[in-house]
Amino acid sequence: MPSARSSMLDRATPETKEQSSETTRPVEFRGAGFAPVNSRYAGWIALAIVLAVWQLAGSAGWVNSLFLPAPSAIAVAIYKLATSGALWQHLSWSIMRIASGWIIGTIAGVIVGFAIGLSTLARGVGITFVSALFPIPKIALLPLLILWLGIGEEPKIATIALGVFFSTAISVYSGVDAVPRNLIRMAQSFNVPFHAIVRRVIWPGALPSILAGFRITSSVALLLVVSAEMIGAQYGIGAFVLQAGNLMQTDQLLAGVVILSLFGLAVGKLINLLEARLLHWR
Amino acid sequence: MDLIADHISHRFGALDVLDDVFFTVRAGEVVAIVGPSGCGKSTLLQILGGLLRPGKGRAELCGAAPAGSLNPLTFVFQDFALLPWNTVEENVAFPLLHTSLSAGERRAVIDDALRRTGLSDFGAAYPKQLSGGMRQRVGIARALAVRPAILLMDEPLSALDSQTRELLMEDFVRLLADGSMGAAYVTHNLEEAVRLADRVVVLSRRPGRIREIVSIPMTRAERGAAGAREQLATLQGELWSLIRKEAIDAEREVQHA
Repeated sequence: MPSARSSMLDRATPETKEQSSETTRPVEFRGAGFAPVNSRYAGWIALAIVLAVWQLAGSAGWVNSLFLPAPSAIAVAIYKLATSGALWQHLSWSIMRIASGWIIGTIAGVIVGFAIGLSTLARGVGITFVSALFPIPKIALLPLLILWLGIGEEPKIATIALGVFFSTAISVYSGVDAVPRNLIRMAQSFNVPFHAIVRRVIWPGALPSILAGFRITSSVALLLVVSAEMIGAQYGIGAFVLQAGNLMQTDQLLAGVVILSLFGLAVGKLINLLEARLLHWR
Repeated sequence: MDLIADHISHRFGALDVLDDVFFTVRAGEVVAIVGPSGCGKSTLLQILGGLLRPGKGRAELCGAAPAGSLNPLTFVFQDFALLPWNTVEENVAFPLLHTSLSAGERRAVIDDALRRTGLSDFGAAYPKQLSGGMRQRVGIARALAVRPAILLMDEPLSALDSQTRELLMEDFVRLLADGSMGAAYVTHNLEEAVRLADRVVVLSRRPGRIREIVSIPMTRAERGAAGAREQLATLQGELWSLIRKEAIDAEREVQHA
């Protein structure tokens, strides 16, 4: 009988392939696909190909340059806009309107979103209003806002703010709802005060959803500023694009579109940086 | 300080969950709460810890909390409940931020809790960088930091693999050895119950009623000895015989729900 200290494990020697007398065959690999990987260069290469074909079509006269100017013509138009100072003049007006409307709409949306996420009363009232008013195209309210606020910057900024407000409020209260309840119960179990739970648990927990909301609202703001400027503005990228269209200056028109695209990309990059900085823990 | 479950009953809507549960966790004592799935073990623990109002009865404390205790009733959660945006050290510091401790005292408490749980070298790590066992150690360190009188442990090892569970059970035995902390320990694992508890409260299937309260006739130190394994296995078998039929009925009930 083995002593208490001796091991009862029966250590068998590992089997080797040679011990098997039958012929072997490899197991067929079945795990390929369904794992797309981001390619660093594929997008740029595809863009370069599209631009090259477009340029070739324009230079060879396959398409009428009035309907679709070549990329080189658009680049020249952008260069002239930049050197004349018109680009900055139009862009600065648009940026001012976007920034004002976005900040006002975001602040209001964050406050209302948190109220809906944390208070039964605010939720009961708020969700009804937000659900009823969110689907309205905000640009349709511009004429009414002009009546209320007069002709000037206020109705355009208010239109952007309204568009930003609803999306922000929804993303904020969805984010608050998505904070794991066990984290809130944990904080309560340590008698952490309400304001500290909001600041240290709910705010960081809701931040991924809030930043995702910012990505949407920045696009909404861009969309609305162009629309509002097309309806009633002398300066701004939207006004510039409309004027160029009216004068059949399609190279200028597309220059405006490219600038809008670059502006949207820049905002997207900014939000990427914010996410990388604030959500590094994910 | 004693924690008393004073004739606690509870229901969720039309569902009776607990029925007249009465027992006491005495100072320094570890009481395991076992029972079939859905018998209200976790609900009972939430009521005992003040996170849920009972339908009837109440949770009571008797006697003063130990000197320096910042949160006499402290939970250790099954899913660890760590703040993923905070480092290990910040998670342990979290319950101390709103106490009257000075910065120096807080530092000392955090260092002590990290040292006792073997986390001193992991203070700057984020939860996502840690294994399940290490995450639960952070949860334990956070609980120790507030110097609890009674730990309320809700299946603290059930999310872990069996090897990590063994290691953490050894940690629990060590932390509970001096009798300065009591614990109410909810588990479905009878091995954990007989290894760690002084008494085991056996609940019936839903609505959970006290079926039996069983004392474990050995100290925790004795249970670690090789010769005690047979006796622990016998105790575990006896507990299982108390629960088995109800566990089968409870499982069928869940399947038919």
